[in-house]
Formats: sequence, C-alpha cells, structure tokens
Amino acid sequence: MSDLRSQAVSIEFREVTKRYPGSEEAAVNELSLDVPAGEICVLVGPSGCGKTTAMRMINRLIDMTDGDILLGGRSVREREPAELRREIGYAIQQVGLFPHQTIAQNIATVPRLLKWDKARIRARVDELLELISLDPDEVRDRYPAQLSGGQRQRVGVARALAADPAVLLMDEPFGAIDPITRERLQNEFLRLQGEIGKTIVFVTHDIDEAIKMGDRIAVMKKGGYLAQYATPAELLMNPVDDFVEQFVGSDRALKRLALQRVRDIDLWTAATVRVGDDVQAARARIADADVDVALLVDDQSRPIGWLAERSLAGEKVRADIRSVAEPIVELDDILRDALSDLLAAGTRFAPVVDATRAMAGVLSVEAISHSLGTEDLDTQPRAAAEMLSE
Amino acid sequence: MSLVPLAQVQIRERTGEGCVAENGFCPAWIVENIDKYWAPFLEHVYLTVVSVGVGFAIAFTLALLAHRRRWLTGPIIGVTGALYTVPSVAAFFLLLPITGRGNLTAIVALTAYTLLILFRNITTGLRNVPVEARDAATGMGLTPRQTLWRVELPLAVPEILAGLRIAITTTVGLATLAFFAGGGGLGEQIYSERAGTGGIFFQSNVVVAGGLAILLAAISDLIVLAVQRWATPWRSVSTV
Repeated sequence: MSDLRSQAVSIEFREVTKRYPGSEEAAVNELSLDVPAGEICVLVGPSGCGKTTAMRMINRLIDMTDGDILLGGRSVREREPAELRREIGYAIQQVGLFPHQTIAQNIATVPRLLKWDKARIRARVDELLELISLDPDEVRDRYPAQLSGGQRQRVGVARALAADPAVLLMDEPFGAIDPITRERLQNEFLRLQGEIGKTIVFVTHDIDEAIKMGDRIAVMKKGGYLAQYATPAELLMNPVDDFVEQFVGSDRALKRLALQRVRDIDLWTAATVRVGDDVQAARARIADADVDVALLVDDQSRPIGWLAERSLAGEKVRADIRSVAEPIVELDDILRDALSDLLAAGTRFAPVVDATRAMAGVLSVEAISHSLGTEDLDTQPRAAAEMLSE
Repeated sequence: MSLVPLAQVQIRERTGEGCVAENGFCPAWIVENIDKYWAPFLEHVYLTVVSVGVGFAIAFTLALLAHRRRWLTGPIIGVTGALYTVPSVAAFFLLLPITGRGNLTAIVALTAYTLLILFRNITTGLRNVPVEARDAATGMGLTPRQTLWRVELPLAVPEILAGLRIAITTTVGLATLAFFAGGGGLGEQIYSERAGTGGIFFQSNVVVAGGLAILLAAISDLIVLAVQRWATPWRSVSTV
C-alpha cells in the first residue's frame, strides 16, 4: 500500500482477568489466546460475555486486574496508555467521528498527535480516502454530518488506519449499518485487509459476521470464559460443547458450505474419453469411476458433454453426446454456490474444472453431503439433510 | 387622530424649555444633550464587558474543575445559585461596606450574577459531547487534556455561547442599577433627577438611556451570534 506500512505483530492474552470493584463475577476470566500477526481474530458471544472488555484491555481503555497482554512480545502494562493507543487503530460501532472537524481533519487525528508534517498528512489522507473508495476532492473538506452512514463508517476505518498501526481493534464496526450496506462494507474490508495485512481484533455478537470475517474465532460465554477458540471451519465442524453448538446455530452445516470451496472436498471421479478412444478401454474406465457415464472432453481435456450410450457401440468412441456438460463448476467456487448451481440445473453432479478449464473431477450432491460429515448429519435438523440429498 | 394633540407636539418641539418643564418627550432637548449620554454609555459597556469577562473566567475554571471531579458540580451550583437569588439592589448595598462606592462594587455584584448561568451552560455543553466522540478520542490516544481542548470544548461551543448571550443581556439590564453603588452607567441617566424640572424620572432621559441599554444588549447579542456562526461552521452545513 505505502512505504510506511508497518509490520503486523502478534497479540497474546496470558490468563487475563478483569474484575470490576464490587462485582462477584469476573468480566473476563483467565483469558488466554494467541492471535498470529496479520490475522483477524473475532471475539464473539452474547452480551455480557466480556468480549468488548477483553478488546478494550489491549489498548488499556480498561486496565486488567490480572494477567498480561503482549503485543509483538511486549507487555502493554509497561506502556504509557496514550502512547500505546496511538500505535493501535481503534474503530467503534458508533464511529465517533468528531462532528466539528472535516473528514480530512478526522482522519489526520493520530498523525497530528504524532506530529507528522503537513504535506505527509495531506498525502496520507488522500491515500486513505482512495483506499476506502471515496473521492478525496469531494469529501476531504466535508463534515461528518454531510456523509451517509456507510461513508462515515468507512471514514472511521480510514481514521483508525491513518498512522498505519500494527494492530487494529474494531468493536462491532458494521453493527449500526443496514444489512445490504453492511455486506458491502464487510467485503470491502476483507479486500482491504488482503492489502494491509493487519493483526485485527474484531468484536461482534453476530456469529455469521464472525464466520465471514474471522481467520480465528473466540467464542466467549457469560462470566468472561473462553468457550472455544478455533478457525471458522473447525468451529462449525466440531463445536466443543452445547453452548458453542447452540451459539453457532442449527444451520451450521449450511454456514460451512459458505466457507468451503469445491477444491476442499473429496470430489468424485468420472471417466473422460476423447473421440477415437478405444471403446473397450473406455468401458473399463467407466466401470472404475464413481459416475456411470463418461464425459467427452476435447484434446485439452475441456468438458464437452456426457457421452451417449450409442457412442460406445463401435470400436472407437464416437462424438454423440447425451447432453452438454451443464453446469460446469470451478475448483475455486464457493461450495454453497456450486450446490446452488446443481440444484438449479436439476442435476446430481457436474464436472469440475481447474483454472485452465481442464477437467479436474466431479462434484456431486452426495460428495457435498459426505464432506459435511456424519457427525453433523445425525445432529442436524432434517431440513438441512433433506436439502442436501434432494 | 385629531389636530389638537398634533399641534401641541409641534408647540412642544419648538419651545424646548416648556417641554422639559412638563417632563415630556422632547426631541429637541435630546438632540441638544446627546453628548451627555456618551460617557455613561461607555461606562455601561465597561461594566458589562468586565463583569461578563471576569464571570466567564471564573465560571470556566469552575466548570473545568467540575468536569474532572463530578462531585464538585452540586456544591458549585448551590453557591452560585445562592448568589443569583440575592436581589440585585440588596447586593449592591451589602457590598458597599466592603468594597466602597464605585465601579468595584458594581463589578463584583454583576460578576456574581453571571456565574450560575455561565457555569451551568459550560458544564451542560461539556456533558452533551457525544459519548462515542469522547471514546474515539481516548481510544486513539488523545490525553485527557487534548480530548478536552480538541474535542470536548469545541463541541460545547454552541452551549457556552448561548450562556454567554444570556449572561450579557442580563448584565446589560442589571448594570442599569449599578449607579446605586456609585458604579455609573446608563442607570444614572434613567433615574436621574433633572435639576429644575421637579420630576424624578425625566421622560426624555428614560427613553434615550433605556434605548441605549437595549441597543447595547441587542448589538452584543448579534456579535456573539456572529462569533458562534464563525466558530461552528459544522453546524450550518446541509446534512444528508
């Protein structure tokens, strides 16, 4: 992005406890977790689970009672709070733009605290506005009240990124946005993260958002306990207890479809034949494959169509097909979209191609169902299983 | 309207002396004596500016203290509120033995009256700063002092200036009583007994001096309003 891009650092919670005076129950209870540099860790849980408290202890907006938090191996306890916070981006649900300052002034908040010179600040503001897809000439001198909610939210993120912090804290940053804009902002932010690679702690109460945004998800429960810390796929596949299972939701098998790509599951095989192949050999290959029809491909292995029985009548394979290969899915397709294509076409399987459009396998409804695992299916509501077996 | 009163007005204007003797509204006399209002008017401006200025400095300091230590708010409102309820003329006379006749007594009393209004508006302004703006400021690493001067006070400006307008208008009015303490001002003219007329409140005097006081209040108000517009451009932008 720019020459002043800082190195992302890891965040380590070491048995962190927060107890408020006069309260029996801890708000955060011996929380230990590691966030590798450059990853998004989502803290998720019902209200009162201590997720926001846990996040706010990183930049010492709340001081921990016990334990320690290390940023890049260095304890936050030994840092001067205001100075520490200038190195950590901070974006919140209500955005908190300063209404009396222009967009440029808002974004320049931390660079000004760090006493950057004017030219550098101006260049940085423009760079960030472009990064969040706003026209610098248009919005630079506007006040927050003149922007839409979605635009304000993006400016809030730009402001948090202004001094290129190694760590970014986001407290329900897309919570107060309408669903359509929220989805767009989430996608935009993931694209942005692909460029900037920050270590991010992201708080939300929405499990779907957590699954979408997180490289890792920490599910917390009341009393400040960490219930499970895992990747989204693992969380959906193996919830450790009833609480997590319930929190993740009964439709977690379907959620997992949205996470996996076609290449992630065991594909079926189909015999591929070319015009002029030996029929005997072709019949043998068909017998060995998962699918009982052969796929006619061209000389670059690109699918043409499912072979008609009569093409196998002579000694050499002929060009008659039963139907064209429709739909064709790609290895990088999201499993949910691929399944949707199968169902829409009214077929149980479809050829899968790689980036060169060459045949790579067969995706079937059964293969998808199998990948979701039996341990899921017997605890799943019938609807999900029925949908998968159509 | 009949012709007779009109004729009388004509006669009065022409014969200024008769008008004054009858304690009427005498334009001719006013034109002749307008110079005499200049000094009291300036005195009035002086009383107002100094009292509101000192009052603002004290109230501002108290408000910042109360902003840091919330428990101080109650006691400060109690004391300034008590000061506010003392009848103004009584205040002047109470202060006479301590500060003597003159400007000082007037200024002390007038200052005391501004405190409650200004303190209340400044604290309200600071308290109405959006929580999220304050949270964002702290979260980004502004120190409490930077948060106060760069975020909280600028956002409190509309309420602070609203308090200032009330304080100025009130003080311009109360300053007309300053002459009781020997503080001068337009009040001296309003309540003056014109030698040789026999009347206590000479009408022409009351109209001009009172008019000047009202004019002063109105102009000060417009000035503060202009300052407010200049200082808070973000409030006059069109919103989405």
